Amino acid sequence: MLTDITIGQYFPGASLLHRLDPRTKIILLFLFIIDIFVFDTPLSYGLLSLFTVSLIYFSQVPMRMMIKSIKPLWWILLFTFLINLCSVSGEAFAHIWIFALTWEGLRQAVFICLRLILLILLSSLLTFTTSPLALTDALENLMGPFKRLGMPAHELAMMMTIALRFVPTLIEETDKIMKAQKSRGSDFSSGSLLHRVKSLIPILVPLFISAFRRADELAMAMEARCYRGGVGRTQMKALRITTIDYVAYGASLLFACTLVGLKVIGI
Amino acid sequence: MPIEIENVTYTYMPLTPFERTALRNVSLTIEEGSFTAIAGHTGSGKSTLVQHLNGLLHPTTGRVMVDGADLAAKGKAAKNARCCVGMVFQYPEHQLFEETVAADIAFGPKNMELAEDEIDKRVRDAMEFVDLDYEKYHSVSPFQLSGGQMRRVAIAGVVALKPKYLVLDEPTAGLDPQGRERLLKKIVQLHKKEKVTIVFVSHNMDDIARVADQVVFMNQGEMILKDIPQRAFFEEEKLQAAGLSAPQLVKLLKGLRANGLDVETAAFTVEKGVENILAALRRKRNAD
Repeated sequence: MLTDITIGQYFPGASLLHRLDPRTKIILLFLFIIDIFVFDTPLSYGLLSLFTVSLIYFSQVPMRMMIKSIKPLWWILLFTFLINLCSVSGEAFAHIWIFALTWEGLRQAVFICLRLILLILLSSLLTFTTSPLALTDALENLMGPFKRLGMPAHELAMMMTIALRFVPTLIEETDKIMKAQKSRGSDFSSGSLLHRVKSLIPILVPLFISAFRRADELAMAMEARCYRGGVGRTQMKALRITTIDYVAYGASLLFACTLVGLKVIGI
Repeated sequence: MPIEIENVTYTYMPLTPFERTALRNVSLTIEEGSFTAIAGHTGSGKSTLVQHLNGLLHPTTGRVMVDGADLAAKGKAAKNARCCVGMVFQYPEHQLFEETVAADIAFGPKNMELAEDEIDKRVRDAMEFVDLDYEKYHSVSPFQLSGGQMRRVAIAGVVALKPKYLVLDEPTAGLDPQGRERLLKKIVQLHKKEKVTIVFVSHNMDDIARVADQVVFMNQGEMILKDIPQRAFFEEEKLQAAGLSAPQLVKLLKGLRANGLDVETAAFTVEKGVENILAALRRKRNAD
């Protein structure tokens, strides 16, 4: 059923990763993405993979969930792998039709796929261990400096928060409307494509109406509580950098330095 | 043939941290022609239970049989069985979508692939049933109507399916007293005249007391009581556990009794209550 979808895929827990400040997690994610792109030797890939796997272990998010997050990109991975395998010139070990499969190509294909997988795993790890609300808070905070340049950081974050807040509500609503129409004999899962598209109308119309009604009610409620945007607004759960954040920054920097060192020595 | 719910357990989102068991081993038989009321506080599993009755949810374990057909099975028998159970959800007016009232009510019958004139007849009958004048309202947009009227249109949309069993999930929620009175009367009429088997979910004990001939109490996913109203409302402990209270009228009669008036407490309509009190007063006067 629809209600079985987990949106924002947050996986509640109390692991070290869960307790890190969301800002720390975002900044460190950026650092690791840079690491992944800059260091391309087998050893650094090995280290990065090991590092990612240990983070997953620490996060206490089941491996099943992590693998599920790669699933949608399976076709892209396969496609990338094949393109690289066939298009890099070098010493060929096999020929298929007009394509020459080279050792260099194989090497590059494996590396690029590994790179993609690491990127997906690390960013999923962020969304698995950080609630969507904490994430928007962190984004608002990190975008703070750009406010001077006229960037509506608070408004953007508020919009994201509201959107995220209403995702489960709307899913529930959709589920309910679908069930109601199903009870009146409508069938969403069989028939021609045109028929299926048509069968969405009885769901979409009530859904839009209810979304507008909710938006209207929310605007009214916010206004009734004197909401006037971000000026001078403080947070109930203010973000705080603690010891574990410093430790995380230190460890990550050390790790990056090691990678730089390896690159300089040329291993 | 009845609806049989056999040892049904239902778990939402199994194998995730959001796992929640909403029904635990519920067994219940809804006899043809009965009027069953299901009561329980919010989150007690009553809505989950009724969604099993027409196959919207399939039990995690256990099974639901309607007229001898297992709803979870594939094939024509199961599909037909699902169709003979009509379902009115909470706030059914939120499911309206057509441009006109008549078209919205016709949506269900159309899905049943009935003939045009049959559909037209059913729309007229259903509108008449919910007291909406066909000539006045059939070409009006349902979104121009008042909340109470919209609800009547939505209910007409289900009644037009002519279900053998009709499940109503808190149909009177949010209606004004008159609207609720009218709707209850209509449901009773459907039960008495058209011989439709009714399953009525509510936490309004006064409503339940007036209409039901079988009462089911749910608490935390378990069925804690199934009995006739004459007994059910006097099970103080179970009522308390389910977070419910006896109907006002029963409380009044019990209060009178506790204060020395020898009155018969099993009365579920105001008329019957008045009768009982008068009878008791008469007895008292004769005794004096």
